[in-house]
Amino acid sequence: MPLPQPGATDPAVIRNFCIIAHIDHGKSTLADRMLQATGVVDARSMRAQYLDRMDIERERGITIKSQAVRLPYRGQDGGDYVLNLIDTPGHVDFTYEVSRSLAACEGAVLVVDAAQGIEAQTLANLYLALENDLTIVPVLNKIDLPAAQPEKYAAELARIIGCDPDDVMKISAKTGEGVPELLERIVRDIPAPQGDADAPARALIFDSIYDTYRGVVTYVRVIDGRIATRDRVKMMMTGEVHELLEVGVISPEPVPGKGIGVGEVGYLITGVKDVRQSRVGDTVTTAQHGATQALGGYRDPKPMVFSGLYPIDGSDYPELRDALDKLKLNDAALVYEPETSLALGFGFRCGFLGLLHMEIVRERLEREANLDLISTAPNVVYRVLNDEGVELVVTNPSEFPTQKVDKIFEPIVRGTVILPSEFVGTVMELCQHRRGLMLGMDYLSEDRVELRYTLPLAEIVFDFFDQLKSRTRGYASLDYELTGEQEADLVKVDILLHGDAVDAFSAIVHRDKAMAYGVMMTGKLKELIPRQQFEVPIQAAIGSRVITRETIRAIRKDVLAKCYGGDITRKRKLLEKQKEGKKRMKMVGRVEVPQEAFIAALSTSDTTSKK
Amino acid sequence: MRPFSVYVHVPFCATRCGYCDFNTYTATDLGNQVQRDTFDQVLISEIQLAAHEMGSDRRPVETVFFGGGTPTLLSGKALVAILAAIEQKFGFASNAEITTEANPDSVDQAKLDQLRAGGFTRISFGVQSASPLVLKTLDRTHTAGAATAAIEMARAAGFEHISADLIMATPGETDQDLRDSVDLVTAGGVDHVSAYTLIVEPNTPLARQVAAGTVASPDDDDAAHRYELVDHLLTKRGFTWYEVSNWAKPGGRCQHNIHYWLNDDWLGIGPGAHSHIDGARWWNVKHPRSYSQKLTAGDLPIDQREVLTPTQIRMEQVMLGLRTASGLDLAAVEGLDDQVIAKLASDGLLDEAALAGGRLVVSTRGRLFADAVVRDLLG
Repeated sequence: MPLPQPGATDPAVIRNFCIIAHIDHGKSTLADRMLQATGVVDARSMRAQYLDRMDIERERGITIKSQAVRLPYRGQDGGDYVLNLIDTPGHVDFTYEVSRSLAACEGAVLVVDAAQGIEAQTLANLYLALENDLTIVPVLNKIDLPAAQPEKYAAELARIIGCDPDDVMKISAKTGEGVPELLERIVRDIPAPQGDADAPARALIFDSIYDTYRGVVTYVRVIDGRIATRDRVKMMMTGEVHELLEVGVISPEPVPGKGIGVGEVGYLITGVKDVRQSRVGDTVTTAQHGATQALGGYRDPKPMVFSGLYPIDGSDYPELRDALDKLKLNDAALVYEPETSLALGFGFRCGFLGLLHMEIVRERLEREANLDLISTAPNVVYRVLNDEGVELVVTNPSEFPTQKVDKIFEPIVRGTVILPSEFVGTVMELCQHRRGLMLGMDYLSEDRVELRYTLPLAEIVFDFFDQLKSRTRGYASLDYELTGEQEADLVKVDILLHGDAVDAFSAIVHRDKAMAYGVMMTGKLKELIPRQQFEVPIQAAIGSRVITRETIRAIRKDVLAKCYGGDITRKRKLLEKQKEGKKRMKMVGRVEVPQEAFIAALSTSDTTSKK
Repeated sequence: MRPFSVYVHVPFCATRCGYCDFNTYTATDLGNQVQRDTFDQVLISEIQLAAHEMGSDRRPVETVFFGGGTPTLLSGKALVAILAAIEQKFGFASNAEITTEANPDSVDQAKLDQLRAGGFTRISFGVQSASPLVLKTLDRTHTAGAATAAIEMARAAGFEHISADLIMATPGETDQDLRDSVDLVTAGGVDHVSAYTLIVEPNTPLARQVAAGTVASPDDDDAAHRYELVDHLLTKRGFTWYEVSNWAKPGGRCQHNIHYWLNDDWLGIGPGAHSHIDGARWWNVKHPRSYSQKLTAGDLPIDQREVLTPTQIRMEQVMLGLRTASGLDLAAVEGLDDQVIAKLASDGLLDEAALAGGRLVVSTRGRLFADAVVRDLLG
């Protein structure tokens, strides 16, 4: 019997599934093992963790962009199956992308480290999968580890999913133990896709990647009908029509074909250059006799966290602009516009899905464009009503109204923390300190707890995760989802250096925390700014009201005691060096501030270690 | 022809002081690699070789300065022999100023008489402080009494000029200690005082003590205060300030050092000594052994040299001139920014009267910010 070919595969033999797992719980290793077990990659050409393409992903052990790979599989019943493994991004900022990947599947393999148990992120994605009516195949991985406690965590998983502990598979992706059984289980338990082959084509975009040579590569799951080469396709949300240059499947390299049909997963190439023209969640149909009803669930990517990005060397500004333009082709969620800062010069105000997204963008800019960047404190999106009832959207402290405000709304999240029960006290304290409201607490097992809180997003974006990790020795995991907004008593704190506000240090904070922010920032700056010939007050102020003050005492002496014949060359060289250093000084009013001081004051790592 | 001077470096000390980073060695440091008692011959061989190299560039010497180290660790005879070699090769200008540095406990009346008779006109004592505690912190081996006695003996020997070095703001020093120190040297009848704020030089025993916390770090604010105090005390006693760390009675200014600040020419003799002639600077190898070896081989013991660019010459001119009471002739320095000058003046760092007369001179306040003024002027 010939193997099922792309475009001519009976949906009954297709199994579309993804792997839900926490960072380091072995998703990529398992995917590698499946690639090997099904024979699409031989051991020799196997590159460790084949599916993670980008260097950053490889180094950080996380998967940012999902892909889909088609695995031909001969079952123990002798039948030929097609397993489509859809990889999912593994972080909180990409919940929407995860939900679209899940929507492309009928089942999910839930992978949990047998030595660590389930983490908050995994739990959140599991709930997402259950909402999408996916069939869950629970798996404990790393059973070869000496620290593995398969019985304990099988019970934990069974309780969460509502299954029998015996249904939890125990495997080692590393040694391959249990992987053949898992593949059988996927075939047995996960339902085959269903769709109407004769209906107008509808395919869900669950990923879209910019490739330098091919342009945008769009990953789709066909729900109804069929997409074939030489079709003209229409993106239903944007309404744009494109020539279809190539259709194919990944196995694990791209294999162009004639088309893909109901239940199949593959890629499309239309020649567009910007992932915004091929958006995750959109529905692809044919331009002629196309569908009229799009698949549900599309959402515009919405930046939730904003920050200023500046080149440390001001002359790198054009390079930063070019690098952002390039990155944008591959990142539909990234937004930015030029911004000027008194302290930092020319840069960009950038919007991100969340903190990790921000970190990834920054790292890629630094790495791929070889730029040294400085970023201002992250800012969430506030809705401000002034006393005339006019509404403003504030993504930057500089936009905060100077006149009286009537109401301010801040975004809030539902946060879930999973942690060993011994740390519950300290984490509750942290959440309370961050204005959290407890929603509930559950024991997942006798010593593992799930805590649920409503928290302001602003409190999470500022070093919450670092704090959580340090308070729990790295054992806690966090997940959050936006749930809405709440009115809050927020103020803008300005930092004044010798009477001049330094824009990069302004922050929107809760009134109760204004003092703490002021004390922290003025204290830091006092340490970082060299003494000047005059006394320099550093003040924190709300509007015109000063709330805290530090003083840099005037320097009284700036002269070397001796300069005789043998000292002249050395002193001249020192002067030449100082002249270079002066170029890196920025003037804030009359105060000379070394660039390094701005960078150090804006880095959050310092505050973490001080607290 | 520009005025010409000679500096002689004697790289020996009886003991090493903890704060000192000069190029000097104790007998223990040197072992038997370098013979101290024949070192004058090595210095004389460099004088002869350098004079030969200079050829027709040779000029009568305006000033000679023996520094160190402790020059007076050489015998009086040796010092006089070196001086004679200089005179023989270059000749002396009329009223040439011939200075040697000395430690109060490395001289006696006979030696001072011998030096005076041999042509030395000026002696500069490393008094440092009248406070036993400060002297101890500085590792100085002499006492305040020895300093008084040495100055007295120098007067008896008939030196035209006697100078004393003081170190201020040593950790543990009080205002009264500094008053006592100024009293000690002025009562002795010196006509010149150099007062330096203590600098913790890297890689010195003092730097290690400060790092370890056994000696408090000298405080810049204390140093500024002591500077103002010493200026006040010396002014009251008839001294006039003429360089950042130097004060003199009328006629008592050190002509040798003034040549440095005017960027004149000088030849440096001895290990690590710097020379500046005709827009070039060079310096000798630092260690007395390699220095001696080069000379024995018939080579000048030069380590490195640099030919100054016009930018560097201008930089040095501004950097040195602004340290002095005569300052800089505005017309003689090109490309200074009028706005910067106006701002420095309005900040009170420049002397308004001098500025009106076309000279850049730091104000009393500006003396303590001379380096900052220089940086601003050089942009």
